[in-house]
Amino acid sequence: MEKETFTISVYSENNVGLLNRISGIFLKRHVNVESLNVSKSEIDGVSKFTIVIIETYEAARKIVGQIEKQIEVIKAYFHTNDETIYQESALFKIKSSLLFDERQIQNIIKESNSQIVTVSRDFFVLSKTGRRSEVDEMHSQLEPFGIMQFVRSGRIAITKAEMPISTLLEEFNLNK
Amino acid sequence: METLKAVKTETKNKKTMRISGAEAIIHCLLAEGVDLLYGYPGGAIMPVYDELYKFQDKLTHILTRHEQGATHAAQGYARVTGKVGVAMATSGPGATNLVTGIADAQIDSTPMVCITGQVFRHLLGSDAFQETDIIGISTPVTKWNYQITKASEIPEIMAKAFFLARSGRPGPVLVDITKNAQLEEFDFSYEKCTGVRSYKPVPKPEISAIDEAAELINKAKKPFIVFGQGVILGEAEEELKALVEKAGIPAAWTILGLSAMDTDHPLNVGMVGMHGNYGPNILTNECDVLIAIGMRFDDRVTGRLDDYAKQAKVIHFEIDPAEINKNVMSDVAVLGNSKETLSLILPKINENKHEAWHNEFKEKYKIEFDQIIQPQLNPSKPGLTMGEVLKEINIASEHKAVIVSDVGQHQMFACRYAKFKQSKSNVTSGGLGTMGFALPAAIGAKMGAMEREVVTIIGDGGYQMTIQELGVIFQHNIPVKIVVLNNEHLGMVRQWQELFFDSRYASTVMTNPDFVKIAEGYHIKAKRVSERENLKEAVQEMMASKDPYFLEVRVEKEDNVFPMIPAGASVSEIRLK
Ligand SMILES: Cc1ncc(C[n+]2csc(CCOP(=O)(O)OP(=O)(O)O)c2C)c(N)n1
Repeated sequence: MEKETFTISVYSENNVGLLNRISGIFLKRHVNVESLNVSKSEIDGVSKFTIVIIETYEAARKIVGQIEKQIEVIKAYFHTNDETIYQESALFKIKSSLLFDERQIQNIIKESNSQIVTVSRDFFVLSKTGRRSEVDEMHSQLEPFGIMQFVRSGRIAITKAEMPISTLLEEFNLNK
Repeated sequence: METLKAVKTETKNKKTMRISGAEAIIHCLLAEGVDLLYGYPGGAIMPVYDELYKFQDKLTHILTRHEQGATHAAQGYARVTGKVGVAMATSGPGATNLVTGIADAQIDSTPMVCITGQVFRHLLGSDAFQETDIIGISTPVTKWNYQITKASEIPEIMAKAFFLARSGRPGPVLVDITKNAQLEEFDFSYEKCTGVRSYKPVPKPEISAIDEAAELINKAKKPFIVFGQGVILGEAEEELKALVEKAGIPAAWTILGLSAMDTDHPLNVGMVGMHGNYGPNILTNECDVLIAIGMRFDDRVTGRLDDYAKQAKVIHFEIDPAEINKNVMSDVAVLGNSKETLSLILPKINENKHEAWHNEFKEKYKIEFDQIIQPQLNPSKPGLTMGEVLKEINIASEHKAVIVSDVGQHQMFACRYAKFKQSKSNVTSGGLGTMGFALPAAIGAKMGAMEREVVTIIGDGGYQMTIQELGVIFQHNIPVKIVVLNNEHLGMVRQWQELFFDSRYASTVMTNPDFVKIAEGYHIKAKRVSERENLKEAVQEMMASKDPYFLEVRVEKEDNVFPMIPAGASVSEIRLK
């Protein structure tokens, strides 16, 4: 079976130890985590892990089964790229002088739809949100001028399909 | 001093009492019905031990001689009683010594709560004396774990620990409690846990799945049941028997399923897996419907997966959704507790006999009997076999004993040849294969079932891994019957070396101490048998003893366990020699 990119979305109770538990599931199977993001979700008190892996469908299904089995996990889903809307963000730190000396830089900023977050005497910071390929493209355009610092976030994703977590939580409460 | 009853009524009235965290732990244990625990003290858990001292009329603490022994004893207790076993240890080395038993309980779905002491909260992360990150270490091998850092968390977390350990698919839970939390006083009240929001212990059976499964079973010409520990954990023994008898389906067991069904039942066709019986293994690849009940298709059961029951429709009765389609794809998955799902399907099953199909098992059994079973049980050659020792134990116990086996050849002989009439009677380390499991597990098993005979079968290798627990047997006069089958080798590894490594016996030959003297050193009655003519009498004497008894049997040094599915081979490639 072909490997492809899957976005795993995990809804969980806020819990300190859970990240360790979940990462152990990948470790045990030698599965590389391409990116990981933890945030709050649409439901109060419920966290959301967004994990990107490149794996076969079968491997992804089994991993998600193991994740969902963890006590504090409410529900785990996995989706292909087509089934999600997803983004990453990146920050670039660049010498301020370039902003005035290199015309090309201004063009890159405009065309890439990125934003200037801050400008100081020594450096300015660009922020870009988009697909990985867009961030990569911007990176390669800026690279020749010198990037002082670069960082890219994990993927965040929203699914096209509904994720009925609230209903699930009600069911859990009823089962109690 | 509060009585247990008082605690319970207090709970009802929701009144509180001001006590220390350490005392609260005792009240939690009592409220959960715990009257026995195993453990080993040390600095970080001393406040709790001080309370154990005060409560010793209600709560028996058994000091094992190593923390690993505490976990296995708790496991043995849990396996025969179905209740949660409890083990306790101090921080650092005490806690790390629990890890093997925890891993064993995790893979064999055994309900256990481990309580560890931890350094003061303000010292966490400072590499304090005997500070170990036991939460980090135990995470991959626990169903759940938690570090308590303030006393007020104790009641809720302890209640949750017991609930999680015993509900759904059971497993080990570890609660680590910092010393300040044990010392602090707080207003204690206890409420049992009845649910955890994000956790669904038992999936609801789907009637459509039951119907589909019933249809497949009713249409089957060669149906075959393989059951595992899920039947025992779900207490579905009667339902299983009813299904087997009504539908006339031959049923085989995994090593952890053993004793869920009378071993002499005419439709009980034996064990599946690497050293299982010939018929059930071969015929796995000839059945048309494979009905797996409460088992997880471990690789020791399936052999090579791409040649496992490919011709069959597979029905999987299982409580844990993550087991569905994990190793073997099922055509119908029936999720739920085995007692419930089997009760639901039973009325939909047609009566049947499947005589011709059953005869195929009998024919295969005949082959195995002539080539393997007969020479094991009634050998004509000199040299005692492990099989004949089991035969004598069966005769003396009238199939009523709890058999606790260690890991190795003797374990396979014990599971192949021991006879059982009653469920929860076979205690062995199946998934992890932990040498050293049996002696402490037998202590727990005996204390969980004092009215029953408990016989433990151990190899000379594994015996020496936890031999110090003889101290517990002696100190508390726990009347377990210890049988060491001494072949002066790490027999199972030696067998593999003989078969697959051209008999290069690397580090598998053992020069052993005088085991009889060691037992006698612990004031345990002991005997050694090396001749066939003395075996029966020795076993009978052991079984008749009211006190603990040690029997060493000098067996053939280079015997092998057969049949055998070589690692990586298919169930069809099972070897008779
Ligand atoms: C803790 C542990 N270490 C190593 C092994 C690997 N192992 C499996 S069986 C076996 C030999 C057991 O020898 P013995 O206890 O004498 O029993 P026998 O096979 O001779 O009956 C070994 C070393 C194991 N299962 N557990």
